[in-house]
Amino acid sequence: MTDARFPHRHLLGIQALGPSEITTLLDLAEGYVEQNRSNDKRKNLLRGRTVINLFFENSTRTRTSFELAGKRLGADVINMQSAGSSVQKGETLIDTAMTLNAMHLDVLVVRHPDSGAVKLLSEKVNCAVINGGDGSHEHPTQALLDALTIRRRKGKLSGLTVAICGDVLHSRVARSNIYLLNAMGASVRLIGPRTLLPSEVGRLGVEVFHDMRKGLDGVDVIMMLRIQNERMRGNFIPSIREYFHFFGLDREKLALAKPDAVIMHPGPMNRGVEIDSDVADDVERSLIREQVEMGVAVRMACLDLLTRGLPCSASDLPPSQGGV
Amino acid sequence: MGARDSTGLVAYVNARLIDPAAGLDARGAVLTNGETIADVGPGLFQGGVPSGMEVVDCRGLCLAPGLVDMRVQLREPGEEHKETLKSAGEAAVAGGVTSMVCLPNTTPVIDDVATVEFVARRARKIGLAKVYPYAAATKQVEGKELSEMGMLAEAGALAFTDGVKAIRNAQLMRRALSYAATFGLLIVQHPEEPSLAEGGMMGEGELATRMGLSGIPAAAEAIMLERDMRLVAITGGRYHAAHVSTAEGIEVIRKAKARGLPVTCDTAPPYFALNELAVGDYRTFAKLSPPLRAEADRQAVVAGLKDGTIDAVASDHAPQDQDSKRVPFAAAEFGGVGLETLLAITLELAHNGHLGLAEALRLVTSAPAGILGLAAGRLKVGAAADLVLFDPARGWTVDAKKFRSKSKNSPFDDRPVQGMVIRTVIDGRTVYLADA
Repeated sequence: MTDARFPHRHLLGIQALGPSEITTLLDLAEGYVEQNRSNDKRKNLLRGRTVINLFFENSTRTRTSFELAGKRLGADVINMQSAGSSVQKGETLIDTAMTLNAMHLDVLVVRHPDSGAVKLLSEKVNCAVINGGDGSHEHPTQALLDALTIRRRKGKLSGLTVAICGDVLHSRVARSNIYLLNAMGASVRLIGPRTLLPSEVGRLGVEVFHDMRKGLDGVDVIMMLRIQNERMRGNFIPSIREYFHFFGLDREKLALAKPDAVIMHPGPMNRGVEIDSDVADDVERSLIREQVEMGVAVRMACLDLLTRGLPCSASDLPPSQGGV
Repeated sequence: MGARDSTGLVAYVNARLIDPAAGLDARGAVLTNGETIADVGPGLFQGGVPSGMEVVDCRGLCLAPGLVDMRVQLREPGEEHKETLKSAGEAAVAGGVTSMVCLPNTTPVIDDVATVEFVARRARKIGLAKVYPYAAATKQVEGKELSEMGMLAEAGALAFTDGVKAIRNAQLMRRALSYAATFGLLIVQHPEEPSLAEGGMMGEGELATRMGLSGIPAAAEAIMLERDMRLVAITGGRYHAAHVSTAEGIEVIRKAKARGLPVTCDTAPPYFALNELAVGDYRTFAKLSPPLRAEADRQAVVAGLKDGTIDAVASDHAPQDQDSKRVPFAAAEFGGVGLETLLAITLELAHNGHLGLAEALRLVTSAPAGILGLAAGRLKVGAAADLVLFDPARGWTVDAKKFRSKSKNSPFDDRPVQGMVIRTVIDGRTVYLADA
C-alpha cells in the first residue's frame, strides 16, 4: 500500500528512519524546490485530499509552511489552532481523534507541547499523521529541511561536522537533527552550558563542548537554537548578556569555524541573544532564508509520500498501532 | 613597620625555611628581587651575601609562604563600622596573612562585575594583604537565580558561594554546580540545612538544654552535605564545604572523597581548638555559625585534619561590633574575628603533636591556594614575594583590645598561645614588623 521506498504510514520522528528513507524524502523535495521556483507552482496530486493542521502550540512559520505545501499539491487545507483551552491532554486528545475520524481527513499535521502526544493521536486516527513538533521530542520536518539546505549548499551530508549550539535541553529541533545527521554520516557536536544540555546526551552519538570556541573549531555547519526568554532569568542561565558573551554567535566566534562554514537557525531568532545580527544577515554565510524555502519543499515531499499509500477513502483504514 | 622600597634585592638569611608544598623544612635563605622570589634554598648564601643587598637576619626563626586565608568577611562595602578593607588588611598582615578571600555578603552583594572590580581595586590601593573575592552563587545571595558566574570569573571572582547562607534549594544547587562546571568553576557551600538551623543559637545537646537555648542539631550539617554529595555526583561540579564542624559531616566528606567525587572542605580554628563549653556563661563571642559543638565533634575535626579529609583551615573572620555582641545571647550576631589568631591557633595542631609544623602550615598556605587555583602559598622562584617570618615557640596571650581589626569579637580572647608573627612581606615589601 505504501511506497516501497518509504514504508511508513506516519512521519512521527527521524529516529526510526533509515538513511535510504531520508534520502528518498530529500530527493523528492529537490523536485519540489524547482516547482516552487517556477511560475506554475500548483500540482493536482492531492486533489480531493483533506489536510488538517492541528496546532496545540502557537506557530506561524511551520503552520504556514504546511498550509502552503498542501495547497501547492492541490489539497484542501484547514487550520485548527488550539489555544490550549478547548482541547486538553489525555482523554480529550482521544476525543479530538474521534472527531477528526468523523471528518474523513487524509493527513493530519500536529504540533503539541507534550512529548509523545502526536504519537498518541496517531494511534487513534484513521489518517496519516505528520509530527509538526512534539514537546522536546522530535520535529522531523525541521531536520529534513535543515538536511536539504545543507545538502544543496555542501553537496553532501556525509563527512560534515555540524555544531548544534544552545538550548539542547528543551529542543526537539536538536534531537531530530542529531538523529538525522548521525544516520547520514555527519558528525555532530553539541555546544552549550551544562544547564542546557540534557542528561547523558553524549550517549546520543555526539561530542559535547562547553566552550564554544573549542566546539566551533573546524566545523562546516553551525546550527543555532532559539533560547526561550523564560529560561534566561537565572533558572538555567543567569542573564542574556552572559549567555551572549559565552554562547552567542558573533563574528569573532564564527571565525573559528571553517572559512566556508554556514549558519543556520530554525527561527524565530532572538537577535543579540543567541545570534548577532551581523552574522545572521550575512548573505555569504547565513542559510536562514533558504531554510524557510526548503521547508515548503520538504513538507510537500512528506505529504506526497504519505498520501501515496492511502486508499481513495482514508476512513476505510483501521487505526494503525504503530508509526514511525 | 612601614612600607619599604620594593625595588632591589633583599636577602632573608639564617632562616628556618618551611615550604609545605615542597616538603621543605631546613635552614636556608630567600632572595627577593623586587616583587618576586629570586632564589630560595638551604644552600643559598652559604658563602656569604654579596654586597649591595639588603640583609634581613631571620635569627633561626621560621620563614614560610604568607598565609592564604580562604574565608573572611570584610564588611566593606556596606558595614564599615564593623570592618573595612584597610582595617582587615592591617589585621591580616599582623596575622601573617598575605592573601585573603572574601565572602560576597557585603552591601551591595558581590554579584556583579563592577563590585568584584571595586573590591580588588580598593584592596590593591591599600597595598596590604591581597584580596580575592568570592562572588555570589545566586543573585543577591537570595538563593533564587544563578549569578553571572562566567563573567564574574573573568572579572576575577575566585569561586562562588552564598557566603553565610546555604544554597538550600536542591534544584538550584544542582543547576549552580552544573553551570559552574561549564566553566570549571568551584561552588563553596555553607553546609547547614537552614530549616533545621532556623532559630538555633548553639549546638544542640545537654548544654543547650541546661542553658535554655534552642540548639542546632549536628545532623543539619550532615543532611546538607549528603544532599550535596549526590548533586555533585550527578553534575560533576567541583564543590567545597566551608567550616565543617561535626563528626558526621566529616564522615560524609570522607566517604565522598573515597568515591572520587571532586570535593574539598575546610574548617576554622574554633572547631578544633574549642568546643561548646566556650559558650557557657552565655559568651556571645563564642556564638558562631556553625555553632561550636561537642568535644567528640572537636576531636573528629582534629582527626579529619590529620587524615587529610579536611583540606584546609580558614580563619572564618566575621567581624561584629559591640552592639551586635553585647546583647542577650539570642539577639547576638554570629561569628568571631580570626585573622590575627589564625597562625597561632593553627600551630596548636603542631604543638599538640597532631601534625608536623610544615603539615600545619600547609593547611593555611598551599592547600587553600591549591583548592582555589591561586598562585600563592609557596616559596618558589618566580612567585610573588609573599612571606611570613614567625617564631613558633614564642608565647603570648590573645588580647582582643590590641587587635588591628575594627571588631574585637574573638572567641580566643585571653587565651595563651604559642607562635608569633615577626614580619610579614607582600610583593617584597615589609608590611608588618612586630614590636621588638
